[in-house]
Amino acid sequence: MMADVYAGAENIISSLGFNIAENIANIFAGNTGIVRDESGKYSPIPLPLSVVDHNRLDELFAENLSRENPPVRYTMLEKMFIISIKDALRQNYIEINSSDTLIIISSTKGNIDLLQPEQQKKFGRKRIYLHELGRMIAGYFNNPNTPLIVSNACISGVLGIVYGERLIKSGKYKHVIVCGGDLMSEFIVSGFQSFQSLSMNPCKPFDKTRDGLNLGEGCGTLILSSDPGAFAEKNPVKVLGGAGSNDANHISGPSRTGEGLYIAIDHAFRTSDIHAAQLDTISVHGTATDYNDEMESRALSRAGLEKVPVNSYKGYFGHTLGAAGVIETAISLQSMKKNMLFRSAGYSKHGVSKNINVISKTEEKEINTCLKTASGFGGSNAALVFQKE
Amino acid sequence: MALIIRKYCAIRDARISVDGKAVFSYEGQDGFKKFIRAAYKHYQTDYPKFFKMDNLSKLGFFSVEVLLKGEDILKLHPAEKTGIILTNASSSLEIDEKHFESIKDRGHYFPSPSNFVYTLPNIMAGEAAIRHKIKGENTVLISEHFDPELVFCLVELAFKSKLLSSCICGWVEQYENNYESLLFLVEKDKNNSAEDIIFEPSNLTNIYKLEQKDGRINTKA
Repeated sequence: MMADVYAGAENIISSLGFNIAENIANIFAGNTGIVRDESGKYSPIPLPLSVVDHNRLDELFAENLSRENPPVRYTMLEKMFIISIKDALRQNYIEINSSDTLIIISSTKGNIDLLQPEQQKKFGRKRIYLHELGRMIAGYFNNPNTPLIVSNACISGVLGIVYGERLIKSGKYKHVIVCGGDLMSEFIVSGFQSFQSLSMNPCKPFDKTRDGLNLGEGCGTLILSSDPGAFAEKNPVKVLGGAGSNDANHISGPSRTGEGLYIAIDHAFRTSDIHAAQLDTISVHGTATDYNDEMESRALSRAGLEKVPVNSYKGYFGHTLGAAGVIETAISLQSMKKNMLFRSAGYSKHGVSKNINVISKTEEKEINTCLKTASGFGGSNAALVFQKE
Repeated sequence: MALIIRKYCAIRDARISVDGKAVFSYEGQDGFKKFIRAAYKHYQTDYPKFFKMDNLSKLGFFSVEVLLKGEDILKLHPAEKTGIILTNASSSLEIDEKHFESIKDRGHYFPSPSNFVYTLPNIMAGEAAIRHKIKGENTVLISEHFDPELVFCLVELAFKSKLLSSCICGWVEQYENNYESLLFLVEKDKNNSAEDIIFEPSNLTNIYKLEQKDGRINTKA
């Protein structure tokens, strides 16, 4: 029997807050978390970045969550994952220490800061491996299952949810906790700089004057369950289905035609038994690089989605890599539950070749069905469909 | 719906085998780079981009090359219904360290885009997808060891979602001179031939063990 899959209990830790209410309040108010960073910590030159308050993270962890007996040291990223999962669990009745529950971790670089000798000394070299990071998180919560670790560039978060949905639908697990996270690091910043894909200003997805992306750090958590009663909130949203694809075109640039993303969207519609006309809103990747946004506009147009209101949340959080898919899905779930379309921050003058409907102001609208997409290095794409009951 | 392993290949310890039979071995004991270069030549591969890849992508790319040698996969399966699902333990750690070295000292700060792009494990799947024009589901997952249950479970779920008609899947692990790959070409069973190897965890485990026993994959990993 195929089980229905429900999603909820969302958490976001980002530059805009440590729980969903703080993040949504800032998006409502039109605040962005992208600020000029002059600390020199991540780059030799000042850059607009979206960073999490690490002091608050440390304090929160030390107050409530640290393990004293026996004492265990957690890295900044592990603390972020733990705080995020804890907050999601408060909104849900599932047992995280049950064998019915699986943890899925989505991350591009995990504890990459442990390449620094002083960090490695503190935590040990082993922790640089993503499966060790998974072991730390599962161990903290006494979850008996080996976590599923997705490391698939910028689509990791969306793919984590796609796999979670399939694992529940097929009856392998009753509950899945999907947690996506990545830290800001000089490693990442220098790489994107070498690609010349960073903007010196807050990014402007789909805008005529867009000139690159901003990097962000953060963590997002969603709980997926076959039991709609597992959520504190009534009427959780259903995950209908999802799929991934590859452009088979270039490893570091998106396809010009958008064919790969179109395939992912088309396959997601098929697994969800949905067609384009049923969609009320779309949350796309929208990094604000020239090529990415243009590619997405072509894919949406080809999929018959030109009229559907579209949002990129990169203008609020920057590009949070492995966290992006989960954070942006969490906002999309809020958008559905609150029947609100949120403004796509940074957009004012249409700047892509297809006439897609980028959301220019925050307003009420009944939203029943939502598409989430992501695209990333390696030519990978993924798409997911959500619907209210 | 039964799934079958139509073909499999293993690379380890300077040897390559296909369907359990050794097809190439390199006598020199001088590490991964020379071995993979010799294998590339032996197979008369003509793909200059290969030399730009990091070592993990070279291994992933070449393993798929060996698996699909003599196959016209897109004649049998639509490109968008052919998937690549790979697992690995070390992610892209070797090239990560190289990129890190290039930015360690702000006085000698030379991050290179051609290194950085490989600091993601899924790039190897992307390279194979480009080479063979494969456009279906494309995923890289991290597990500490080759995990037959994990590979089986995720591939089966993708077939069950009716998204795949064929899938290249398995294990591609490389860090410095420790390397090992085991890939399977999985398809839906059409002929019900008794010779077909059923795609199931016990068969994946057996094949992995046999490769170890025959010395084609050694066990020191």
